[in-house]
Amino acid sequence: MGCGRVGGELAVLLDRQGQEVTILDIDPDAFDKLPSDFKGSRVVGNGIDQDVLQRIGLAEADAFVAVTPGDNRNAMATQMAKHIFGVPRVVCRIFDPIREELYHSLGLETISPTREVARLLKEALETEPAETPAGEG
Amino acid sequence: MYIIIVGGGRAGYYLAKQLVEDGHEVLVIEKDAARCKRIADELGDIVLRGDGCEGITLEAAGTGRADLFIALTGDDEDNLAACQVAKNKFNVRRTVARIDNPKNEVIFKKLGIDTTVSATTLILANIEQELPSHPLIPLLTIKGGGLEIVEGKVPPDSAVVGKRIGELLLPQQCLITLIIDEEGVPRVPASDTTIRAGDEVVAVCRRESEDALRAVLTTPARETE
Repeated sequence: MGCGRVGGELAVLLDRQGQEVTILDIDPDAFDKLPSDFKGSRVVGNGIDQDVLQRIGLAEADAFVAVTPGDNRNAMATQMAKHIFGVPRVVCRIFDPIREELYHSLGLETISPTREVARLLKEALETEPAETPAGEG
Repeated sequence: MYIIIVGGGRAGYYLAKQLVEDGHEVLVIEKDAARCKRIADELGDIVLRGDGCEGITLEAAGTGRADLFIALTGDDEDNLAACQVAKNKFNVRRTVARIDNPKNEVIFKKLGIDTTVSATTLILANIEQELPSHPLIPLLTIKGGGLEIVEGKVPPDSAVVGKRIGELLLPQQCLITLIIDEEGVPRVPASDTTIRAGDEVVAVCRRESEDALRAVLTTPARETE
C-alpha cells in the first residue's frame, strides 16, 4: 500500500524475485514510476477502506506492507490487514518514533525511518571515513 | 469532567462551546493556527496548538487525567490514531472517535475505541425511518456491554400482530421497552400488551441479536405457521 519511492522500489524488488505483487495507491499517476516490465497488478484505491482491501483479495495475501506518507493511514491499514483480514505477516512504516513504539507494543511489526536513519547517520559520524575512492586511471 | 477534543473544526468548535456552557473543563487540540485563534477569541484559553496524535502534545494536554477523549478531525485514520495513543499511552478510560466510513465502526471497536459517531449512519437512519416499512434502526449504543437501543416498525402482515409481548420468542437479553402506536401514542409495554400493526417498537438488545429481533418483528404470519 503506497506507490511512492519506497513502495514502488519494494514492489519491483519482490516482482523480480518472482512474488505475486499487488500495489495499491490512491493516485493513479503514482504508478508511472513503475517500470514497464513490472508484472504485478496496480490498483487505484484507498487502503483504509475495508471494501477496497476486500476487493484486492487481502484475506488471501501472505504479507501486507503499508508505506504511504501518512503514519496514521499506515497504522490503520496494517491493523485492518492483521485483525480483520488475518494476514499472517504485516509490516508498517511509521515516521514518528513515539507512535512507532506504541504500535509496536500493540503487536505490529513496525519500522521508523526517522529513528533508523538518525542511527545510521550517527554511526557514520562515529566511524573513521573510508578512503575516498581514488579516481580510475 | 475533563474532556479533551482533538480537532477544532466546526464540529469541535460547537462541541467545545456546548461543553464549556455545561460547566466542563475542556481542551481543544488543533494543528491550524487560524482555527486555534478563532477558538481562543470566542471561547477563551481552552485551546492547545499541536498534533493530537503525538505523544508530546497529549502529554502537554494532561491527557492522563482526562475523563473523556474525543477525536473529531475529518480523517478517520487520524481519529483512530489519536484515540489509540490516548487509550494505550495515557490510559484514558473513554475514547470517542468520529468516523465518515460507517464500516469503520466495527473495525474501531475491534481496535479498542469505546464509541464511534458516524454522521453517515445517523443520516441513513433518518432516511430509513421515513420509509414505510423500514428495518430495525440502531438508535443508540449503550456504553460498554454491547447493548443497543433499536427501533423497528411492525409491518401489517407480521406474525406478531395481535400477539401479546409475553408470547413472543425474543432473543436473550432483549427487552421491549416502549411501543408507539400509529397515532403516535406511547405505551410502556407489559407482558400482556398486544402488538398491533404499525406499532413502533423500541427495544434494548445485544448487537448480535439485532437480526433475530428483526426477524421476530417482521416475519410474515404465513411463513411461521
